[in-house]
Amino acid sequence: MLEIKNVTKVFNAGTINEKVALDDVSLTLEEGEFITVIGTNGAGKSTLLNAIAGTWPVDSGEIWIGDTNVTKLPEYKRAKYIGRVFQDPLLGSAADMWIEENLALAKRRGQHRGLKIGITEEERKEYYGLLKEFDLGLEDRLSAKVGLLSGGQRQALTLLMATIQKPKILLLDEHTAALDPKTAAKVLETTKKVVEKNNLTTFMVTHNMKDAIAYGNRLIMMSGGKIILDIKGKEKQNMTVEKLLNRFEKASGEEFTNDAAILG
Amino acid sequence: MSIASLINRLPGGVAQGLIWGLMALGVYITFRVLKESDLTVDGSFATGGAVAVVLTVKGLPLFVVFPCAFIAGLVCGLCTGLIHTKLKIPAILSGILVQFGLYSINLHIQSSAANVSCNPDKYNVLLSLRNIPKAIIIGLIFAAVLIVVMYWFFGTEIGCAIRATGNNNAMAKAQGINIDNTKLIGFMLGNGLVALSGALMAHYQSFSDVSMGRGAIVIGLAAIIIGEVLSEAIFKKGCSFYLRLFFVVLGGVVYYLIMVLILWLKVDSQDLKLATAIIVMLALAIPNFRKGGKAC
Repeated sequence: MLEIKNVTKVFNAGTINEKVALDDVSLTLEEGEFITVIGTNGAGKSTLLNAIAGTWPVDSGEIWIGDTNVTKLPEYKRAKYIGRVFQDPLLGSAADMWIEENLALAKRRGQHRGLKIGITEEERKEYYGLLKEFDLGLEDRLSAKVGLLSGGQRQALTLLMATIQKPKILLLDEHTAALDPKTAAKVLETTKKVVEKNNLTTFMVTHNMKDAIAYGNRLIMMSGGKIILDIKGKEKQNMTVEKLLNRFEKASGEEFTNDAAILG
Repeated sequence: MSIASLINRLPGGVAQGLIWGLMALGVYITFRVLKESDLTVDGSFATGGAVAVVLTVKGLPLFVVFPCAFIAGLVCGLCTGLIHTKLKIPAILSGILVQFGLYSINLHIQSSAANVSCNPDKYNVLLSLRNIPKAIIIGLIFAAVLIVVMYWFFGTEIGCAIRATGNNNAMAKAQGINIDNTKLIGFMLGNGLVALSGALMAHYQSFSDVSMGRGAIVIGLAAIIIGEVLSEAIFKKGCSFYLRLFFVVLGGVVYYLIMVLILWLKVDSQDLKLATAIIVMLALAIPNFRKGGKAC
């Protein structure tokens, strides 16, 4: 479903701030795979996600989604294949627009937008049902401005927006990092439900080792712009934080230096 | 300084205020929907006036004159939009550049004349200050039609995409919206409306002048802010998009009546622009100091 072939990205090339953010990275995701991505700060996990999303062009390599080579497509064209939830809850939805308007915008992702009415009566009924399933208490507030919602509600709404039209790949960029632990857990559970229900191919960046182990069916760890660990199947199921730290130290020859990732 | 002379001036003030209010609807599209400060309007207002008067003098019918003025405004907005999106120059600078350049273009349209007149005795004009009740009715009809059309348009798929772009670029792109295109459309429609009201103003005053748009952006902002302050005072909470647009036009009328009042108080007319600037500054500042108010 997703194929990343030898992708390299260097920031500030030729200056003293030069940083090789992605160093010849290759990764293939099968349909329905739910991969969690972990690594220390600056390891390249969010950079890899942005490379897939098309935030900026990569320096070399290719990215394929299904049968489409998206390497040269701008972000808004790739959006046809990609559902996305950002780390910042404010980034995923339009604050001054209504909940139903935001959903209607998402429903038309990748489609031509013309002079047809922006939201139909049937859609309203559909959105009511979908929001009810999400259990956020938002189904009766379809015409409330999104700016009035809490961070957790906005993140869950963004998740619904990202999946309202089944994406070929769902990108989650530390989407619970800005939430309090209780809300974060709820959003993660909702994520799991949505992913399983729709059998979504998912790429979830997280800074939390426990979450990376508890969710998904494959785990990769990044360091220095490379993928240094790739764990799946039985091994992933039997993984613990301790074992993972051990493997990391062996693979990278350094200590894992992100307390939040270990303790959180 | 008699009350009678003030009352005498009010109907004319309402007529002109309505035209400025229509212009403010154009400014609203860029300033409030796209959330960009578009200074093109000082130029495109005069472009609309110039095109209207020149075509009227040529004897073209009204149903050609006004659409042409509107299209001229679309082109002005297209220039600003292209400079902003393709050459990656900030919107405010793009607008200043186009406005500056339009001065020459407007002189060309008027065959190098700083102003061109279209005497209602000789030419077919839509409205004129000689018949103020008619001018007011035409202003109201334009306002009603434009508000209905804007309400409809910003509820369509593309209209919603433009609003999303103004709200949140990252979200718009993630939902597959080409934000270069939506910005272009916003700049074009905004300046189209501004040029259309420039055409109305030129007919109303029976001439167009290359500097007739000077300060138009400030008047547009004044109308928007006055309208918002009024609607907030009346409705306390937010009101529907229809009403918000209505209050923009009303803001234009109120603004112009304040000007009439200031002139009636025999304030030296050379101080008028300073007075406007101070009024707009205060109107822009008030929401920032009120609890829970949002910055502009």
